[in-house]
Amino acid sequence: MEILLAFVVGGLFAASVYLILRRNLVRLIIGIVLLSNAVNLLIFTMGRMTRGEPGFIPVGQELPPEVIANPLSQALILTAIVIGFGLLAFTLVLVYRTNKDSILVDSDDLRDEEIDPSVYHK
Amino acid sequence: MSSHLFIILPIVIPFTVAVVTLLLRKAPQIQQWVNLTGMLALMAVSVNLLWLVHVDGIQATTFGGWAAPFGITFVADHLAAIMVLSGALMGLAISLYGMAEMDKERIAFGYYPFMNMLMAGVIGAYMTGDLFNLYVWFEVLLIASFVLMALGNTREQLTADIKYVAINLVSSLLFLGGVGLIYGITGSLNMAEISLLLAEVESPALITTIAMLFIISFGIKSAIFPLYFWLPASYHTPPPTIMALFAGLLTKVGVYALIRVFTLFFTYDVGYTHTLLLWIAGFTMVSGVLGAAIQTDFRRILSFHIVSQIGYMIMGLALFTPVALVGAIFYIVHNQLAKTNLFLISGLANRLEGTFTLKKLGGLYAVYPGLAVLFVISSFALAGFPPLTGFWGKLVLAIGALETQEYIILAVALLVGMMTMFSMAKIWMYGFMPGTESNRANATSDDHTLLGMGNGASGTPYVTSPVMMYIPIVLVALLIVAASVFFGPVYTITEQAALELLDPSLYIDAVLNP
Repeated sequence: MEILLAFVVGGLFAASVYLILRRNLVRLIIGIVLLSNAVNLLIFTMGRMTRGEPGFIPVGQELPPEVIANPLSQALILTAIVIGFGLLAFTLVLVYRTNKDSILVDSDDLRDEEIDPSVYHK
Repeated sequence: MSSHLFIILPIVIPFTVAVVTLLLRKAPQIQQWVNLTGMLALMAVSVNLLWLVHVDGIQATTFGGWAAPFGITFVADHLAAIMVLSGALMGLAISLYGMAEMDKERIAFGYYPFMNMLMAGVIGAYMTGDLFNLYVWFEVLLIASFVLMALGNTREQLTADIKYVAINLVSSLLFLGGVGLIYGITGSLNMAEISLLLAEVESPALITTIAMLFIISFGIKSAIFPLYFWLPASYHTPPPTIMALFAGLLTKVGVYALIRVFTLFFTYDVGYTHTLLLWIAGFTMVSGVLGAAIQTDFRRILSFHIVSQIGYMIMGLALFTPVALVGAIFYIVHNQLAKTNLFLISGLANRLEGTFTLKKLGGLYAVYPGLAVLFVISSFALAGFPPLTGFWGKLVLAIGALETQEYIILAVALLVGMMTMFSMAKIWMYGFMPGTESNRANATSDDHTLLGMGNGASGTPYVTSPVMMYIPIVLVALLIVAASVFFGPVYTITEQAALELLDPSLYIDAVLNP
């Protein structure tokens, strides 16, 4: 299971790098989404895989059983997803707002715009 | 008990101010005073915290009553306390300045809540002793800085913000990946415990991989050599108050995080990691100062100098001796003072003359001699003229380089110091010395507005008198002079910080065996 997930994470990283390096700003955002999912899966895998061993302490006992699923890595991912969601929403609005009053969707134009902003006025 | 309170208060105060100013959305003028009160309180608490750490040693507290490796820990050692204090100083100076500079529109759209969230994020990152919590604080300060950079909605700001947001999101995710890998290897997130457990890991190659992830992610945030391009492309777009806030706080958090992880975690293979850092330091210094050479906009020159000055701090970390680390820590504080003050001066020059373009500014010295004196103090400090702070910082770093016989980096550091002087002389020549009349007439509106270097500050502030803007600049200039004159006591405190960093067992003991 770990090996399969390692390949999934690797594939996601590759796809996200490809998308981030594209010039279209929407692809850039999708690339960042994929990157954040890749990192979340990485953390999930680093917490070790178990099957059918929920992280509960049985009634009447002080300690959990020997093998349990790691709840901490899942808590970390949950936090990371929430943060990532907020940042994604902000980034989407930012790109939308920039696109609204200029014709800008190509990231190369960002550089040209820095030199001469009058070029891309709508 | 009271010591626990003083560890928490530096975060509680800006958070509270952020909430209160958010509730006072309809009363912007009251917001200004709430913010100023908060900054003064933060200042007092930070002084107290540094005093406490200096007298009683490293302070640590955990949240929610969970014992050390399980609960989230907050740790105040000398380095953290010094950084919190100098951050609070910047916050206070910028708040005073902002009262006369920040325009009504931006205040109405929530400048103060976001500024205080930024402060809380920065201070949280300084104090936390938990790796995942460090990521969370980074996100807090990042989202606040994203909003502050876009606040005002001018198109230069929006396009600059896209670059800034994209590169910082990638950097945060790489950092998060590094945190995940460390957790997978050690099974812990507590920084003190990780430090202990990493020493027992048998595959150094894996740790080096993680170290590289941290160099890249914190390197993007602190703008080191191959990763700094976003900074000069974005920092000049927001108004001077926000620019000074970013210059004083943001990149320094990245440097702080680098210092923290490369003294606490990745010290098993200093020959490899710290040599790499030394190369990075050299290239960062040179490329930053060369980038500044061709610029003619006050703000852009200063932005490139942020990059070159970061090189000195990384150099101190890379040399990894007590003296060099003192140099690095002192250099951070010195740079916060000098660089922020130069940004504040550039904003004041813009207020007085209506431009940031040096050729159009010409002759400030004749009209505003006081401003010229303040500029000379700050720029001489930045370039490293004796007896100002930059000189002491460079002297300590030079001694560190001589001790370790790294003569090449020493030569680079001194050369870059001279080139910094060249840049400052350029600002002086074009901006302050009387320009010829034809010069000022030729450089009229067209070349200036075309380059998109127009109005950083658009609307009007509540206090329109520029005299109010002098107050923080004079205050910071006095602090620079004070830190130069009383370098002895400052050295003693920073030396403590460096010794603590080089002996992680002190940090680990304070956290795990309170």
